[in-house]
Amino acid sequence: MRFRSKVRRIAGLALLGLVASAVLSACDKSPSILQPAGPIAQNEAYMAYMVFGVAAVVFVLVTAALIYCIIRFRDRPGAAEARQLQGNQRLEIIWTVVPTLLLFGILFFTIRTMFLVATPPSPANITVNVIGHQWWWEFDYQQNGKTQFVTADELHAPVNAIVHLNLISDNVIHSFWIPQLTGKTDVIPGHNNTMWFQATSFDPNNPDNNVYRGACAEFCGTQHAHMDFIVVIQTQSDYNSWVTQQMQPAATPAAGSQAAAGLKVFQTAGCEGCHAINGVTPPVKGLIGPNLTHFGSRQLIAGGVLSNTADNLFQWVYQAQTVKPGVDMPDFNGSAGSAGNLSQDQVNALVAYLESLQ
Amino acid sequence: MAVGSIATRGRTARQTWKQSKFGSWVTTTDHKKLGILYVSTGFIFFLAGGIEASLIRWQLSTPNAGHLSPEAYDQIFTMHGLTMIFLFVMPTMAGFGNYLVPLMIGARDMAFPRLNALGYWLLFFGGIFMYASFIFGSAPNAGWFSYAPLTEASPGCFTQGVAAMSAQAQAQFATQNLQLSCFSPGQNPDFWIIGLNLLGISSLVGALNFIVTILRLRAPGMTINRMPLFVWMTMITSFLLVFALPSLTVASFLLLFDRHLGTHFYQAGAGGDPLLWQHLFWSFGHPEVYILILPAFGMISEILPVFSGKPIFGYTFVAWSGVAIGFLSFTVWAHHMFAVGLPTVAQAFFASTTTLIAIPTAVKIFNWVATLYGGKLRFHTPMLFATGFIAMFLIGGLNGAALAVVPFDYQVTDTYFVVAHIHYVLFGGSVMAIFGGIFYWFPKMFGRQLNETLGKIQFWLFLIGLNLTFFPMHILGILGMPRRQYTYPPNLGWDGLNLAASIGVLILIAGVLIFLWNLVRTFMKSGVGMADDPWDAFTLEWATASPPPPENFKTIPTVRSRRPLWDMKHPDKADWLTEGH
Repeated sequence: MRFRSKVRRIAGLALLGLVASAVLSACDKSPSILQPAGPIAQNEAYMAYMVFGVAAVVFVLVTAALIYCIIRFRDRPGAAEARQLQGNQRLEIIWTVVPTLLLFGILFFTIRTMFLVATPPSPANITVNVIGHQWWWEFDYQQNGKTQFVTADELHAPVNAIVHLNLISDNVIHSFWIPQLTGKTDVIPGHNNTMWFQATSFDPNNPDNNVYRGACAEFCGTQHAHMDFIVVIQTQSDYNSWVTQQMQPAATPAAGSQAAAGLKVFQTAGCEGCHAINGVTPPVKGLIGPNLTHFGSRQLIAGGVLSNTADNLFQWVYQAQTVKPGVDMPDFNGSAGSAGNLSQDQVNALVAYLESLQ
Repeated sequence: MAVGSIATRGRTARQTWKQSKFGSWVTTTDHKKLGILYVSTGFIFFLAGGIEASLIRWQLSTPNAGHLSPEAYDQIFTMHGLTMIFLFVMPTMAGFGNYLVPLMIGARDMAFPRLNALGYWLLFFGGIFMYASFIFGSAPNAGWFSYAPLTEASPGCFTQGVAAMSAQAQAQFATQNLQLSCFSPGQNPDFWIIGLNLLGISSLVGALNFIVTILRLRAPGMTINRMPLFVWMTMITSFLLVFALPSLTVASFLLLFDRHLGTHFYQAGAGGDPLLWQHLFWSFGHPEVYILILPAFGMISEILPVFSGKPIFGYTFVAWSGVAIGFLSFTVWAHHMFAVGLPTVAQAFFASTTTLIAIPTAVKIFNWVATLYGGKLRFHTPMLFATGFIAMFLIGGLNGAALAVVPFDYQVTDTYFVVAHIHYVLFGGSVMAIFGGIFYWFPKMFGRQLNETLGKIQFWLFLIGLNLTFFPMHILGILGMPRRQYTYPPNLGWDGLNLAASIGVLILIAGVLIFLWNLVRTFMKSGVGMADDPWDAFTLEWATASPPPPENFKTIPTVRSRRPLWDMKHPDKADWLTEGH
C-alpha cells in the first residue's frame, strides 16, 4: 500500500510536470489547434473541447470505479469470500444504452459541424492553386481561371477574405494543414480536392501575430519533415500592394554591381534548368524548383526550413544536400555529385542578386 | 543387404536427430512447442522493435538532432511499425493461441499440426527476410501503410543510374520520373510486399487451423457457449484474418505489378488512382487493429476472473460484443481517410460506424470492472497487468472515440495525437495484456514461476514509462506537430514534451531489462516443485500437469460448465448446478 501511494505520488508529480511544461511552452509560438484564428479552426476547437470534456468525465468515473474495486475488494485477512456472480441483464442493458446515447449525442454535433465547415458562408474572394511538390509548396494565385503570379512557401491573404484553395499534386500525396486556420485536406494526384479558410482575427499592432505556420501532414518521402509554409494575413490595402509587387517582373540589377555579377552566375551555372525568374528566363510552367522572381520578399527558403537571410541562402546554394539531404536542389561546391563548382565569390554574388529581387 | 542396412542406419540417424534437443524443436508439430516458438520469436522481435523505438526517441529527444539521417529514420520508423504489428503482437498472440486453445477446449493438438508448423516457419523466414533488407540498405521506408504513389516505380525507373548523371540530365530525368512515377526506385517496397505476403500466408494458415480446431475438436460438453473467452476471441480474430488479409494481398500484388510489370493501378497520370491503395489497405488495416487487440481482450477476460475468484461478469455480453466488434471492424476503414476529400455524407457514414464500434468496446470495459466488484482480488503480477490494461486501454478507447469526431480528426489526424492513441491501444492494451499473459501462463509452459517482485517492479516501470512516453504525444498533436518527421524545429513549444517522451522510453527500457533478468534467473534455477495449478484457476489448461504431457490430457475431460476446474474443486457449488441452461 505504501509503495503504491508513493508510485501514485510520483505519477502525479510527473503529470504536474507535463502540464507545467505545456503551460511554459505556451510562451513559444505553437501552431496550436486550440488557438484558432478563423471560423473553421474555431468550430474544430469547440469539438476538441467537447470531446476532452466528455472523455475526462468518462475516464474519471470508470477509473474511480476501478480504483474503488481495487481497494474495497482486495484480498486481505478476513476478507469475505467472492460472490459467484455471473452477471446482471439489467446492468448490461443500462451500460449499453447510456454510452450509445452519449456517443450518438456527440455524433449529432460531429455531423452538424462537418457540414458547417465543409462550405464557406459566401463566395470566395481569392482563389489559389496550391501545388504540393517534393518538398515545397507552390502558390499559384488565380484570376478568372488564369495564373496571376506564383510564389513559394508563403501564402498571403487579406483578413476576413474567404480563400478558396485548389489542391494539386503531380507527384505523391501531401496534406495541406494550417492548424490555427483549418484542419487538413490531402493533396492527391488525380483528385481535384479543394478547401477554404478565412482568417478573422487580426492584430494591427504586431504583424508577427498575423503569420500562421502550416505544414505538410502526410508522409511524402525523405524530407517530409521539411515541407513547411507560412500564411501571412494582411489588411486589404497591404495585401493589394503585395499583389501589385508580386506581379512585377524581376528587378534588373545596376550594371557593375555585385548583384549584376550574380545574375550572370544565375544564367551560366545551370540554375535556369530548374528555376524561373520572370523577365529573365523564358516563361515556362512546371519547373522543378520555385519561381524566384520575388525571392527577396519571402520570409522562408528551402521549403520552409530556413529563414531568408544571406547566410542561410549561401549555405543553401553552396551545400543544399547538407541542409536538406535528398532534396532535388544539388550542391554547387564541387563535391562529389554536386552540379557545379562555384567559388565562394560567385555564390556571394548570386546571393546578392537573389536577395535584391524584392 | 548392404543397401538395406544403410537405409536402416539412415533412418536411425534421422530419428536420433529428431529426438535431439535442437532437432525436436525444428521438426516439431506439437502445438505446445510451436506455441513457445511463436511467443519467443515474437519476443525477440519485440526487442528489435524496441531498439528501433529507442532510436526514434533518441533522434526526437531534441530539436534538429542529427543522430539519424532522414533516410535511416524513415527505414527505422517503418520497420518499428511493421515489427511491432506483424512480427511481435501477431505472432505472440498466435503463439498463445497455439499453446492454449487445444488445452482450453480439451483437445490433443491443433486440427492440422503440419500446417501449424508451416505457419510458424513462414513467420520465422518472413521475419528474417524483412530484416535482411537492412543488409542491403533497403528496409521498407514509406511507413507500415506504404501509401502509393510514394511506393511507386515503373520498370523503366530501375535501368538508369541517377548518381552518375550531370545536373542537367538529372533535372531531365526528374521530369521524366514524374511521368514514370519513380518515387521509390529502390527495393524497399519490394521487401515490404514480399515480406508481408510471406507473413500473410503464415497468419492465414494459422487462422484456418484455429477455426477448424475450435469448431471441430472441443471436448465433450464444451459447447460454444462454454468456451473460455480467450478461445472466443481467438476464433473471432481468425475469422477477421481470413476475411481481411485478401485485401492486403490484392493491394500489394497490384503494387508489385505496377512496379515490375508496367501496370498503372495507382498511377494517376496513367489513369490509375492512388486512393485505391488506401481503400484496399485500410479494408485490411482496420480489421487488423482488432486482430491485434481482440486476443488481448481474451487474455484479460481469463486473468481477471481467476484473480478475482469469481466468474467473468456478463460472459455472453463479453463474447458477443467481440462478435459485434468483428463485424463492425469491416465497416469503419475510411475513418483513416477523413482528410482525403471524401464526400461529407460518406464521411458522416464512417463517423457513424466508428461511433457504433465504440459501444461494444465500452461494454467490455464495464464488464471487466464489474468482474472485480464483489470479488476477492489477489494482486499477483498477471492481475496487476490486467488491471493496468483496463485503465490504459480506457484511455486508448477514449482518445480513439475522439478521432471519430470528424472535425477534430481533420486537425489531429497524421499528428502525434494519433501516435498517442495507437500506443495507448497497442502498448497500454496489447503489450500489457501480453506481459500479463506471460506471467500468468509461464508456469503452465515451463513448470516454473517468474519472480513476483521483479514482475511487480516491471509492471510499475511499464505503467509510468508508457504514460510518460505517450501522454505528452496528445499535447504535441494538439500543438500542431505532424507525425513521421525525422526532426522538428525549436521554439514551437514541442521541445519539452518530446524530451519527456524520450525519458519515458528509458523507463520502459529499464522495465524490459528487469524482465530479461527475471527470465534468466527463472531458467537458471534448477527445477522447482511447483503445483500444477499455482493460481487456483478455472479453465481446462490447468487441469493437466504443468508443463502438460505431449498428449495434453490422460483422458479427455467432460465439461459441464464454463469453469470446469472450479466445478472439480468445488463440487458443492459447481457452476453447472446453478447455470441457467
